[in-house]
Amino acid sequence: MENNSLIILAESLQLIFDNLNSFGYQTIAPTISENTIVYDQITKISDLPIGYIDEQTGGHYRLKKHSKPTFFSYTVGANSWKKYLHPPKVRLWQIKRKAKAMEFVSEETQPPKLAFIGVRGCELAAISIQDRVFLKDKFVDPIYSTRRKDIFIVAINCARAVKTCFCTSMQTGPKVEEGFDLSLTEILDDKKHIFLVKVATEKGREILKNIPYKVATKEDENIAENIIKTTAQSIEKKLDTENIKELLYQNYENPSWDEVANRCLSCANCTMVCPTCFCTTVQDTTDLTGEIAERWRSWDSCFTSDFSYIHGGSVRVSTKSRYRQWLVHKLGAWLDQFGTSGCVGCGRCITWCPVGIDITEQVKTLRENNG
Amino acid sequence: MARKPKLAVWKFSSCDGCQLSLLDCEDELLALAGNIEIANFLEASREVIKGPYDLSLVEGSITTPHDLKRIQEVRKISKFLVTIGACATAGGIQALRNFQSVSDFISIVYATPEYISTLEQSTAISSHVKVDFELHGCPINKEQLVEVISAFLFHRKPNIPAHSVCMECKLAGNVCILVSNGVACLGPVTHAGCGALCPSYNRGCFGCYGAKENTNTSSLSNKLYQLGVKNQDIQKLFRSYNAYTPAFLKESKAHD
Repeated sequence: MENNSLIILAESLQLIFDNLNSFGYQTIAPTISENTIVYDQITKISDLPIGYIDEQTGGHYRLKKHSKPTFFSYTVGANSWKKYLHPPKVRLWQIKRKAKAMEFVSEETQPPKLAFIGVRGCELAAISIQDRVFLKDKFVDPIYSTRRKDIFIVAINCARAVKTCFCTSMQTGPKVEEGFDLSLTEILDDKKHIFLVKVATEKGREILKNIPYKVATKEDENIAENIIKTTAQSIEKKLDTENIKELLYQNYENPSWDEVANRCLSCANCTMVCPTCFCTTVQDTTDLTGEIAERWRSWDSCFTSDFSYIHGGSVRVSTKSRYRQWLVHKLGAWLDQFGTSGCVGCGRCITWCPVGIDITEQVKTLRENNG
Repeated sequence: MARKPKLAVWKFSSCDGCQLSLLDCEDELLALAGNIEIANFLEASREVIKGPYDLSLVEGSITTPHDLKRIQEVRKISKFLVTIGACATAGGIQALRNFQSVSDFISIVYATPEYISTLEQSTAISSHVKVDFELHGCPINKEQLVEVISAFLFHRKPNIPAHSVCMECKLAGNVCILVSNGVACLGPVTHAGCGALCPSYNRGCFGCYGAKENTNTSSLSNKLYQLGVKNQDIQKLFRSYNAYTPAFLKESKAHD
């Protein structure tokens, strides 16, 4: 039987990048842009945010130097992997006017094969939720499905958490359980800098070919488990999910909605950075000559007025109704609709809300004012 | 083919930047001229074809008694009237004078103040006549202008979203500089349209496109205050090109 638990030197991560590139994958990984961790195409491990950690609280993000040259000690990036699988803006089709007819031109896109490196537990859960939304119903989203099918995933067990993390409440992390080809746990001590690699698929094993390794010992496994356990224990933020759907459904008129509406900017940042929010709008455009019309799809948000616009006006005019719609759907109606929560506990909506509105605090306030 | 719709471009108190956006269309200009009759556009041609006009683009704010009369005339001869830019939609940068007494300025600035005939306030076109569509921006975005004209030509609603600049920022893949660098940014209260121009270059949004729909300026001001922005600087942020747009006016007054 082949071994599924291996030890490689930290610098061998470069060989994983190289092998992925030689197999035709574009390698997407964390890197630094504008003093922030983002996910972008890199081919050299020297472009990883080596020796950096992040500080995240409500409406606040700062990148800092770490005391150790670790590769993955920061946590989730500003943007999620969503932008690669569910692109922000796509043209769906064009119509061209011909002499006596109209010619429909569909979009034939061949997206590049992508490898995601450094995907966190909460992020794997988010991808799995979007899989459910886009692939598992009667109608499959062809844009998502084409992009999703060849994705190679290297997951990472978090060795650190920030104050906005609450994956333990949503049962999505910090340990990565499924949905990856390879997973890594980074181990750095006085003597060594290594990764414990778990091989989950045959594709994953293929990518490891020619990379020097040794079989992980029980001790290595214990060290890795301890890192994950320590991370889990360090997570302070909690979201109590018990009977949450009922709580939300019974509290449409709770006074806490008015309070949050005083602070909410209805700017839509939370929905844009959320790795599971999937709503889009379509716009039809014409050119000045009237010879070409196009239909475009782009990310939309339940925090805008246009989102709920129907004949006669918008259904959700107030900020209160928009925030309530988002939270009730995300944490409640999502369960009825897709069988899972829409929240993975990544904390992005807390960090990237300019005024730091905290989804976990809002649930707490609802519970306190329940009834 | 039916006759081409007639277009007129009118200037009131303004810097001409918005009507220049029309000339700046370059690639689209020929297509535009092919589909619409540019009947009255003094910035481009001294030839004027008489009204009425199917589409009037109005630039500038109302600042003189003469403007007051002329805008009524323009409305009468325009089937569809679209204001272009911050001056026409909100009174413009010159609305800063609304916070002071104009007579004080006149005596300081002009050698012979008796020649000056001006109104106390600089006001938006919609304060005087019915406006069919308002295109925001200082200056307007030429692509949005083409979109408004195309929509007019084909009798559809223009795709000009009234949501925040933040949405444009995120669609462009930008990181929020307010959160990650503590930069004072008006993006969360500002109308989209510029394509998040300033935040894309690590500058906070100046609010050139005015207030977005459903703004919450006081919540943003609290945040700016926490970031260390002084009260009078918060006021200055809201008192620029769109100082007299109602939401920004209210917020700047709160910091008096």
